[in-house]
Amino acid sequence: MEQIVFIILGMSIVTYLPRVLPIIVLSKTEAPEWFMRWLKYIPVAVLSALLVPEILVSENVVNLSLTNKNLLAAIPCFLIAYKTKNLFITVITGIIAMLILNLIFAYV
Amino acid sequence: MYSEWRKGLKAAVPVIVGYVPIGLAFGILASQQGLTVGTVFLMSLIVYAGSSQFIAAAMMATGADAVSVISTTFLVNLRHLLMSASLSQHMKKFSTKLQSIISFGITDETFAVSGSYVQNNIATEGYFLGLHLASHGSWILSTVLGGIFGSRLTDTTKWGIDFALSAMFIGLLIMQLKDKKGLLVSLCAGVLSLILRINLNDNYNVIIAAVVAATIGVVTERWSK
Repeated sequence: MEQIVFIILGMSIVTYLPRVLPIIVLSKTEAPEWFMRWLKYIPVAVLSALLVPEILVSENVVNLSLTNKNLLAAIPCFLIAYKTKNLFITVITGIIAMLILNLIFAYV
Repeated sequence: MYSEWRKGLKAAVPVIVGYVPIGLAFGILASQQGLTVGTVFLMSLIVYAGSSQFIAAAMMATGADAVSVISTTFLVNLRHLLMSASLSQHMKKFSTKLQSIISFGITDETFAVSGSYVQNNIATEGYFLGLHLASHGSWILSTVLGGIFGSRLTDTTKWGIDFALSAMFIGLLIMQLKDKKGLLVSLCAGVLSLILRINLNDNYNVIIAAVVAATIGVVTERWSK
């Protein structure tokens, strides 16, 4: 329990610093231009790095077959996200897709 | 002053509509992974960053150590630097104290609203505080409700809610992929992360893959010039 509170405090500090420092500091100094461009790639890089193993790995093995529910549920999510550009419709699509897959896998 | 607060509160409506389902999903998932409602409340109160909260809960569930959870959180939330940098130009008249209060409420969603508002309007203290307080309040409330509700569900995996996180990543990723370089960075990060995950079997695959892929992005920009 103490460990979790410690982790949350740490998360709070490292989350707050990037939010507050540019606003306070940037009026005085300018970050190097290459660094700003590097930062622009970070969200896409982090999201992909999180997502790919999440979808493709099950029990420490890469599973590209039709038995991989995460991979199957991801397909409609990609399509809907691309079509709608709406985060919440995409999330709902993912939940419904997984719900349907769970039902199918339970009876097949 | 009151009309500025009202403007901020009104601007928060689409943010709140977005936060409620994600917040509920987070609360349910977190409680399913063994976090207490108090922990969910504390995290939403002082961290207040959706995707990193999901990631942290998932990492904690797999027994990741504090350093890897905190450093992953740092990397995931580093993107706020850009939003803060962009808003800084519109907060020059605010006191440092006020700047430090307002900046706490910068998220992808509040920035999507305020960042476009400041292009055509003079953003005031009341506007920012109204927008940020209402948004943050709805996040805390929905995650806590999810936590209370979730702790009464024994097995939410059959409801499909466990896929909400991956679906959110897919949505955020698709919305942020705007050009070929972004796609290249995305593919590099994904493949590298996959290889590291299989071979190292720890939680540093995300950090290493993201840093290397972003660097590849910057380097290839130089080559293509």
